[in-house]
Amino acid sequence: MGTERQVLLKYLLFSVAVLVMPVVFAGGYLLNVLVFVGINTMLALALNLLLGYAGQISLGQAAFFGLGAYISGVATATYGMNPWTALVLAACIVGLIAFAIGFPILKLKGHYLAMATLGFGIIIYIFFNETIDLTGGPSGLSGIPYFSVGEFQFDSDTKNYYLIWGFALLMILFSVNLVNSRIGRALRAINDSEVAARVMGVNARLLKVQVFALSAVFSSIAGSLYAHTMTFISPASFGFNFSVELLTMVVIGGLGTVYGSFLGAALLTLLPEFLRTLQDYDIVFYGLLLVLMTMYLPGGLVRIPALLLPYLAKFKAGRQENA
Amino acid sequence: MLRVENITQVFGGITALREVSFSVAKGEIKGVIGPNGAGKTTLFNIITGIYRQTSGQVFLADKKITQLPPERLARRGMVRTFQNVELFGRMTVLENVMIGLHTKSRSGILSSALKLPGVNREERRIRTKALECLEFAGIADHASETAENLPFGKCRLLEIARALALEPEIILLDEPAAGLNARETADLGQLIQRIRTTGVTVVLVEHDMELVMDICDSIMVLNLGEKLAEGTPREIQENQKVITAYLGEG
Repeated sequence: MGTERQVLLKYLLFSVAVLVMPVVFAGGYLLNVLVFVGINTMLALALNLLLGYAGQISLGQAAFFGLGAYISGVATATYGMNPWTALVLAACIVGLIAFAIGFPILKLKGHYLAMATLGFGIIIYIFFNETIDLTGGPSGLSGIPYFSVGEFQFDSDTKNYYLIWGFALLMILFSVNLVNSRIGRALRAINDSEVAARVMGVNARLLKVQVFALSAVFSSIAGSLYAHTMTFISPASFGFNFSVELLTMVVIGGLGTVYGSFLGAALLTLLPEFLRTLQDYDIVFYGLLLVLMTMYLPGGLVRIPALLLPYLAKFKAGRQENA
Repeated sequence: MLRVENITQVFGGITALREVSFSVAKGEIKGVIGPNGAGKTTLFNIITGIYRQTSGQVFLADKKITQLPPERLARRGMVRTFQNVELFGRMTVLENVMIGLHTKSRSGILSSALKLPGVNREERRIRTKALECLEFAGIADHASETAENLPFGKCRLLEIARALALEPEIILLDEPAAGLNARETADLGQLIQRIRTTGVTVVLVEHDMELVMDICDSIMVLNLGEKLAEGTPREIQENQKVITAYLGEG
């Protein structure tokens, strides 16, 4: 948390770091990976608002991501809509869907909620695969146009990096404001004791649905951005495995922390690039990582600085004694 | 202030409460006592909208509030505490009380996310008010501690402070002295009396007879789901049926 100034300073430092990245990695392959870090940051953040703050699990986040991507893709590639309009349209539709299914399924708790969201994710995944006339089925949907403003097209890694991180930074700012507000406090209260929160006048049911919808809208926007930077999408990117990967990002990065979402997304997006030599065995590595993280670092990657501080202080004190 | 009419609650085949009626006058401290399993907490859960009763009505200030959910009751000025202390453990003491001011503020998801003008001002107002409530309960020096690290006695006080932040008309305390030592219980008694002087009506479920006899204006006795007696502390102490229920046949 920290004071308001610290919160703002942290955000500004983070933004500057994000903005200079393309200068450091100009034109390299890594920049392309960082574009995906941006997309995954948005998705992990969306899930973290729901799971880390409100304490409501969702195993169907990939479905909202996919719906955003497909609504954008079909509206532009098949029906010739402007990509920006498609992004807004997709976000509205996905938000409404989440709102509609949120009321019945968020009555469920724990494992039952996990199962319901899992079921939703699988239904949507089957829908992408089977409605071949609309989505192209398993072979995917191609010919999705880039975003453009007038003559300017977002058609290179650097341009897309700034586009995607622009959106990601906006979402991070929104989220930082939200979690430090009256609403963020109410969400954490629901997480700790829903009955007490209700007794205090928090409309827990409505608030949970609202955050679920917000999470879906963030995911949908990430989906639209993904579709228009890749220009090709297929159902494989939006399956159950990806929902679990998002969950892993959130847990590894740090539940209930905005920047933890980024750390988790960054680690799980960058690691595969370094683990290519392991080939199919990389999944073993992920499993091991998750087990070790939950055992030894349950607060997630964001806790590392706080854990190191006492050692640092000791080290400093030791040096002063020696001097 | 509060009127309960013919409440019956059946769980499965077991009747937990049978035709219980009583009323609480504005500004009084009402005690609800009875042996374990008498149905005291069940009655509280029905009044505060956590259970749905089988039959019967509840009125607050002559308006029907039967089966309104707790979040609606909060806006009508009814609040409660819990026998097993329901705090927001991972939040600070101050934040716990700030949740109590949820109904006194209105920033929504969008205005909070966009930090529209007014959001900051509202936050400052909530913070100041929350600190006042902590001072009233005498735990202001714990404001920045995490609630789950608080000693048990202070948890009880925090739960009451949080409830008072709502500026309720009526507060229902479910065994507030359970787990407290003699000194903490005495402090609690004083706090409850101070609450009454601010014009808040208090209903109290309690096992600590000394506390109940000391501070209550009137007492209702429940036994095996039925109302056994109602009256002033003196009347209850001399009531033969009550003595039998507590001590058994002599």
